[in-house]
Amino acid sequence: MSVLVDNFDLFVGGFLRSLEIIAYALVGSLVLGTLLAVLRVSPVPPLQRFAAFYVGIVRNSPLTVMLFVTAFVLPELGFNAPFFWLGILGLVLYTAGFVCEAIRAGINAVPTGQAEAARSIGLTFGQTLQEVVMPQALRSVVPPLGSVVIAMMKNSAVLGVFGVGQDLLSVGNRLTSAQGFAVTPVLFGVLLGYLAITLPTGALLSVVERKVAILR
Amino acid sequence: MSQSVLYDAPGPRARRRSLVISVVAGLVLVGLLVLAGLRLHREGQFAPELWSPLLWPGDEQFPAVWRQLGRGVYYTLLAAALAITFSLVIGTAVTTTRLMLGRRGRMPLVVLVELLRGSPVVVLIFFAGKILPAFGVDLSNLWYLVIGLTLYNSVVIAEILRAGVAALPRGQAEAGLAIGMTRRQTMLVVQMPQAFRLMLPALISQLVVIVKDTSLAGLILTGPDELLRISERVFRFLDNPLQTYTVIALVYIVVNLLLSRLATFAERRLSTARQGQPVTIDKDAAQMAANRELGGAGGGAGI
Repeated sequence: MSVLVDNFDLFVGGFLRSLEIIAYALVGSLVLGTLLAVLRVSPVPPLQRFAAFYVGIVRNSPLTVMLFVTAFVLPELGFNAPFFWLGILGLVLYTAGFVCEAIRAGINAVPTGQAEAARSIGLTFGQTLQEVVMPQALRSVVPPLGSVVIAMMKNSAVLGVFGVGQDLLSVGNRLTSAQGFAVTPVLFGVLLGYLAITLPTGALLSVVERKVAILR
Repeated sequence: MSQSVLYDAPGPRARRRSLVISVVAGLVLVGLLVLAGLRLHREGQFAPELWSPLLWPGDEQFPAVWRQLGRGVYYTLLAAALAITFSLVIGTAVTTTRLMLGRRGRMPLVVLVELLRGSPVVVLIFFAGKILPAFGVDLSNLWYLVIGLTLYNSVVIAEILRAGVAALPRGQAEAGLAIGMTRRQTMLVVQMPQAFRLMLPALISQLVVIVKDTSLAGLILTGPDELLRISERVFRFLDNPLQTYTVIALVYIVVNLLLSRLATFAERRLSTARQGQPVTIDKDAAQMAANRELGGAGGGAGI
């Protein structure tokens, strides 16, 4: 276990880098996912179909393929950015599809009468969504959205394999393959780092869930 | 939502407005596609020789590319099938054990489940692929992949099943016990089959996740020729990332869509309501119910 102690600063650096990736990806995917969900329930068929198509593609292909596309195909098409951002972009594009599905499920769970009532007192689509449907949908959607977020945190490890930056998994990988440290303690350190991210988030989410739950 | 309740009431003015928005949105989307297409055309990405190994039987590389892709699909499905089988068996065993133990006795199991559920699949495949050899276990890479996937997915499936058991009416277990079955018989003969049916949608989306997760092997292990690893060979034929990854993504999407279609069919055949009438379980609702029940550090949507 001395590997862990000796290289503690490396591990902490990787941990912080992972948190950085997660923070950017979280903001990006929540925003993009909500937009997609709005498109999917909007009264405009082409937008609905576009969002449905996007979600269908994303949900049925692996994150790794998405990352290959953003990391290798986008630069080929003239979209150049540091690898770090391309990786985050891939994670955002991927997670947004799942965020969209979670939020849409929440919108579906709001009783039809709510939207009908809002429409019948003369609110527009935008107002109905913003004032009546979304506040209820978002509260009921905390558990599934929470799972998506936690899955995203775990998926950020895939970026490490891609060598996006000095994140937790790539630090572990470098220690074992380049510097020849024993595999077992290093990997346990990496695993501990990820658990230190996911387990508290899970606990936090169940607290939030209990706070905002609506009794129906 | 097939028919959005948020729709404008179909008055003439609203219909006109909806039409205008539709046309504008359609034009914008088509415009974006055309722009992207033009760009690709300028880059020469549509040149026939770049695609011919895929599309043109006259090209001598044509059979090679498709043979490789077929090989990739075979290994991907093989690994997924093995992982799914093991995960289902172990998951059922974990749930049964967990529900039969007392509060004190199940503690270690609960901790283990939470730890595995909270860790990334990539790291678990790393564990299987690097730590087992360090301990002298020498298997082929396909098995490391299967072990890594099973470690993660068996506890996820266990949690899905637990949610299913929790959703069953209490009377089911009471009836089983009342006619003299043991706890284990009640669990395996009465509760589990119902839980399986109830959680079928959640289970099926987990199976698609497993198929997608096999692609991680392409990044980590140098061995099983699953689909993503095959991309290196396809890359050799096509010599172009756009073509290669388009093809690989398409193959994944086709495989997964076919699997989901098959799964929906199975779902319709297997799911039954209490009174024996067939019902279609709303996928989203079931997933939400599962997630609400589960909470914790899992993650319904895997990679």
